[in-house]
Amino acid sequence: MLKALLARMRQGYRTKPFPYEPPQMPERFAGLPELAAGCAEGCAACADACPTEAIRRAADGSPELDLGRCLFCRRCERACASGHVAFTRQHDLAAFTREGLVRRPGMGYSHVLQPDDGIRRLIGRSLKIRQVSAGGCAACELDVNVLNTLAWDMGRFGIQMVASPRHADCILVTGPVSRNMLLALRKTWDAVPRPGFVIACGTCAISGGIYAGSPQVCDGVTDILKPDLYVPGCPPHPAVLLEALIRFMGRRLRND
Amino acid sequence: MSQQPFLLLGNPGAASLERLPLLPFEEFRELLLHAVRDRGMRVSAFFAWEARGGRRLVAALSDDTAGRVCLTSAPAPERYACLTREAAAFHWFERELHEETGIVPEGHPWLKPIRFCSGRDGEEPAVTDYFRLHGHAAHEVAVGPVHAGVIEPGHFRFQCLGEDVHTLEISLGYQHRGVERMLVGGPSKRTPFVMETIAGDSSAAYAGAYCGLLEALDEDAGVSPRDAQIRLLAWELERIANHIGDLGALAGDVAFLQTAAFCGRIRGDFLNLTAAICGNRFGRGLVTPGGVGWKVDEMLADRLLRALDTNAADLSHALELMFEAPSVLDRLENTGTVTDGQARDIGLVGVAARACGLRRDVRVTHPYGPYGALSLSPATVRTGDVFARATVRRLELTASLELARGALRQLAGDELSKAAGRAPRVCRPSTIAVSLAEAWRGEVCQVAITDGQGRFERLKVVDPSFHNWFGLALALRNGQISDFPICNKSFNLSYCGHDL
Repeated sequence: MLKALLARMRQGYRTKPFPYEPPQMPERFAGLPELAAGCAEGCAACADACPTEAIRRAADGSPELDLGRCLFCRRCERACASGHVAFTRQHDLAAFTREGLVRRPGMGYSHVLQPDDGIRRLIGRSLKIRQVSAGGCAACELDVNVLNTLAWDMGRFGIQMVASPRHADCILVTGPVSRNMLLALRKTWDAVPRPGFVIACGTCAISGGIYAGSPQVCDGVTDILKPDLYVPGCPPHPAVLLEALIRFMGRRLRND
Repeated sequence: MSQQPFLLLGNPGAASLERLPLLPFEEFRELLLHAVRDRGMRVSAFFAWEARGGRRLVAALSDDTAGRVCLTSAPAPERYACLTREAAAFHWFERELHEETGIVPEGHPWLKPIRFCSGRDGEEPAVTDYFRLHGHAAHEVAVGPVHAGVIEPGHFRFQCLGEDVHTLEISLGYQHRGVERMLVGGPSKRTPFVMETIAGDSSAAYAGAYCGLLEALDEDAGVSPRDAQIRLLAWELERIANHIGDLGALAGDVAFLQTAAFCGRIRGDFLNLTAAICGNRFGRGLVTPGGVGWKVDEMLADRLLRALDTNAADLSHALELMFEAPSVLDRLENTGTVTDGQARDIGLVGVAARACGLRRDVRVTHPYGPYGALSLSPATVRTGDVFARATVRRLELTASLELARGALRQLAGDELSKAAGRAPRVCRPSTIAVSLAEAWRGEVCQVAITDGQGRFERLKVVDPSFHNWFGLALALRNGQISDFPICNKSFNLSYCGHDL
């Protein structure tokens, strides 16, 4: 008993000040990319380097990066000789629409809160999540689980993972949706009381990620269940996901 | 053609396809049985390859004593007398072979699909015949694919007499993404990313095995001494983080919440060390062909070294609490026992094998990269129960922390040569290459066969979980359903790595 108390004292209070304060992201973290216009005629170095066709030259010639396909591998950043692609450490990556994930030059960013009052009233104080892994590589699943640890403690905000879909407000899907999980995914979704919400967590769930195009996967959940929240990343850093969930609930926890 | 029955390769190793023996099938069959039963070799891979001269069966056996991988092949028959009945380690491989090619290993005791990936109409995963118990005291419990927690999908069928589990049958395949098919035609710009996500909690190990393949396929490639140490650091940090997570999860499952809570946080602290090197907590993009994607200079190494020491002290306190608590030990000891005989027969690898006293650790038996210069010995325990698997992890944590410290000390000093490595540029055409790596769960095996242009014609991937899932089923026999969570956590196998 004494040992247990001593260990408790030694380990101390370790819950992070995030999200009340901005998170401390790793120095080399690849977050929100900034793009610049004015690319050289005919240059497609960024698109050639990208493993998932996330970046391309738009009709007006400027670069356009789809976070929903991006693995945040920085290949485009390294390939661009003129520095028109630069990944910042900004962790606020999620969007409420698929189109909202597309980045173009000159786009600013603000912490967008849940715009729908109805949704906010429903889940603003309590969000019960049923997670469904559908072809995920375990990285997304592990970093979802991490939000349960005392360091992130998402329970503080009324967010909880539940075992039964019947107890859930939403399902959080990870993985490119393997054909073999399609039926189980649909059945789980059918068991969620309405109105239910769908969260696509990780680049695979949004677009299929690196597995897009494989005949054994459905290229993500986007065309199957039309998600209400898209959280990009491979996998999304826990701070990215927690920020996204809290914004989805419509809660503002700090001024920035 | 070679007169030798086996092509012997180092790890990693490559040789011209002309040197791969092509034996008459009966000779091939006898050779494999003799090697596995009498010479103690392990089946690292056994698969079909559509060669130009006709379909072949290829076997890669690991000789742990000589530190070699032994390759051989034979023309693939449409039916043959199965190997499983005489060497159980082929059990899962022959089921895979049958599912993928339709070849029939006759007499196989349980010839069912392992992934349900044929694409045939009406085929749904886990919809199949199961081993059934009959009688009024018998009942069946079915779990999954969607489990209670945040975990990958799989289906478990328990046949029980009262609370006692008579058999557990595990049916997987839900995570099948078509990995091996996607790798054909590579290496491409997508290949490294597929490799890193075959089992996303073992990205560094998989990237390492893949780099081994490419570096064996291009004789001019080489890794600089500094990069080799950064790789070792990446691999050991991955092992440390996952072992801590597993021990914490075990503590949680026996309701020892203190260690569960501490380990949950400390695991993150170690993932954050990896993120400090490459920006990603899972080491994505860190181990790259020819070296590493991110440099660790003296200052960063020094910072990491100090953080490592702080985390290690926290960890040792958290684990001491758990391993000194009689309530925890009582629950872990004699639960989910796999005997060393069973382990050897079915070909367990990694932590699960070492917990049965088997000295199976690729870093020791087939040392690759920086491990060659170290004198390691496998952490083994003899009892084969949940306690043994927990203890192996605890012992390995101590060893891996020391390895990571060693790498960081070298990186923080200035003794390592600053010579640059040479990234592999081309893959030798018509070549077979093999690369083994010890991921935190156990052996990752990759066998590549290149075509006349140096592209992957076949890339066979074997995850440690492929060998070990059946071990979990054995561990549950004559146990209780309530033992399942801790048995499962003590193996902590990969669904996606198995399903590919």
